[in-house]
Amino acid sequence: MKIHEYQGKEILRQFGVATPRGTACFSVDEAVVAAQALGGTVWVVKAQIHAGGRGMGGGVKVARSLEEVRLAAEQILGMQLVTHQTGHEGQRVRRLLVEEGAQIAREFYLGMVIDRDAQRVALLASSEGGMEIEEVAMHSPEKIHTLRIDPVAGLSTDEAAQVARQIGIPEASVAGTVTVLQGLYRAFVEKEAMLAEINPLVLTADGRVLALDAKFNFDSNALFRHPEIVAFRDLDEEDPTEIEASKFDLSYISLDGDIACLVNGAGLAMATMDIIKLYGGNPANFLDVGGGASREKVTEAFKLMLKNPNLKAILVNIFGGIMKCDVIAEGIVAAVREVHLSVPLVVRLEGTNVELGKKILAESGLPIISASDMAEAAERVVAAARGM
Amino acid sequence: MSILIDKNTRVMTQGMTGKVGQFHTTNCIAYANGANCFVAGVTPSKGGQSFEGVPIYNSVLEAKKQTGATVSVIYVPPAYAAAAIDEAVEADLDLVICITEGIPVHDMLRTRYRMSRKGMATFSESNGALAKDRTPGCRTLLIGPNCPGLITPDELKIGIMPGHIHKKGRIGVVSRSGTLTYEAVAQLMEQGLGQSTCIGIGGDPVNGLKHLDVMQLFNNDDATDAVVMVGEIGGSDEEDCARWVRDNMQKPVVGFIAGVTAPAGKRMGHAGAIISSGKGTAQEKLAVMEECGIKVTRNPAEMGKLLKSVLR
Repeated sequence: MKIHEYQGKEILRQFGVATPRGTACFSVDEAVVAAQALGGTVWVVKAQIHAGGRGMGGGVKVARSLEEVRLAAEQILGMQLVTHQTGHEGQRVRRLLVEEGAQIAREFYLGMVIDRDAQRVALLASSEGGMEIEEVAMHSPEKIHTLRIDPVAGLSTDEAAQVARQIGIPEASVAGTVTVLQGLYRAFVEKEAMLAEINPLVLTADGRVLALDAKFNFDSNALFRHPEIVAFRDLDEEDPTEIEASKFDLSYISLDGDIACLVNGAGLAMATMDIIKLYGGNPANFLDVGGGASREKVTEAFKLMLKNPNLKAILVNIFGGIMKCDVIAEGIVAAVREVHLSVPLVVRLEGTNVELGKKILAESGLPIISASDMAEAAERVVAAARGM
Repeated sequence: MSILIDKNTRVMTQGMTGKVGQFHTTNCIAYANGANCFVAGVTPSKGGQSFEGVPIYNSVLEAKKQTGATVSVIYVPPAYAAAAIDEAVEADLDLVICITEGIPVHDMLRTRYRMSRKGMATFSESNGALAKDRTPGCRTLLIGPNCPGLITPDELKIGIMPGHIHKKGRIGVVSRSGTLTYEAVAQLMEQGLGQSTCIGIGGDPVNGLKHLDVMQLFNNDDATDAVVMVGEIGGSDEEDCARWVRDNMQKPVVGFIAGVTAPAGKRMGHAGAIISSGKGTAQEKLAVMEECGIKVTRNPAEMGKLLKSVLR
């Protein structure tokens, strides 16, 4: 689960990491009042959306007067912000962060991830702040310093100081950087993050070390014990169909094609998307109904797929194991009747009670196109989507 | 032979008295030699009771001592599942299969760390640790979490896969997925090919045995002639395995990777199935596998045919 920058900074401050002072705002007037309350002569008005690359898209502006704060807030709030992470439609800006300006001397990068190979938390640090770490990794990998952290000992002061020196933090600011590194690590572990980034971490003209940005992604499997993180969830930043799906315990991801698919199991669901593409079609979604799909769940899944205005056809691909094919077939028949399906439906059943399942579909009197294997199913659904 | 389990394996079920544990234990007992293999259940505070004639013990250690079981399968809910693995490791079982989906990744980091520490302590007495095993010397091997389990057809099934789709034979199957593994098995059956052992290693980012570890076991198993390797987006396990295959594998391997059409940055059902920072794409994995001499298909309907074509 992702959160906003201002929420991430709130967490960092709880763990002793310094950030510029700032206020989250939901209107232009609030932004001006916030700037006034912060005082000073320079402010930064930042769009709060979950995607990165906001500055390039015009979502971050520096203001040198309250009038400029107002102007910036007016421009950013409500804009459809397009970044390399939002897709071409962009994301509507509904929240702002108004911060005091910082006298930046140098910028650095700090990141924390789960290293799957080492099965440890890994700290990534680089002198190349403000740039995407992927870009640094491509052009100058030697500038990225990686440290895999011992989960019992934690990040020691010596290790943290060494990392600070490696990325070129001047001696006078090493202690301050150690505080940031250790705070980031503790936040990462205690809040059970999958990813955290401070990019850039800045060294100010007077030698302070500040987190100028904060990005967190939390383990959704651990949210049950972190209500404080769940409270940060912003549904406006998520795909409405995906939110709807999660209510019914369905795993759904929207894609931009026109052939919907309903599958049991994540691996088979991906493989089904792949085979649709391989046979010349375009998958409209990833949809895993899980191991124990009831008739209600299948009906909800059909409703989700039908929300897509571009929908041309549906492919159901079920390998019955625990889930019996006859049960799923009854679910499909009931769902098709309930939603008054108006696009072609191809169904491929395999596994437990497959013959019974096929019989139920055939005797339903519904125009369901049956397929005996994945290849045939893909071929038929692509043809159906093309109106052939 | 087969790998890891056979008809002589003795198994305990952790979390046997829950709804999921009961359902699958019943099915596993009903499959092939299951009735002789499933000898114990573990549920703290329910020791002394029994389920389907299988005695329940309060702890893994007690179950091991009383029944001689050396393998455990876990259906414990996610919040407690990592602790259940820890208990099995502490009891020095040979193999633990964790079916549970949704374990917090930081729990798994701690569990894997404990396994690696335990390994260090007993490294000198280790009996031939796996090459890429990240817990050298730790007696216990872990499969999963978030996996369907494993089956040696017509002998023993430990997990949630439908037993009846399998048949004894000489093909090994290793996969990160559940139903996609069943799909691969069904395609092998279409070709008249039975399986030596089929293993689902699970869809979580931090887990036990990887493709590479299982591939080594298949390479050393004289009952396995060839291997189907099914992967998916995320991480680099398939690439690591492919490089090992290039340098060491004596048997033909074919592969499929799910998720060519998956968008970057989105978690595709499995916690570990995510393309992050442009890494872990299906295309990249397929390219490395091909470079390493593994025959791959981009068509998930052709895994069985492809395997048949490489049999000598």
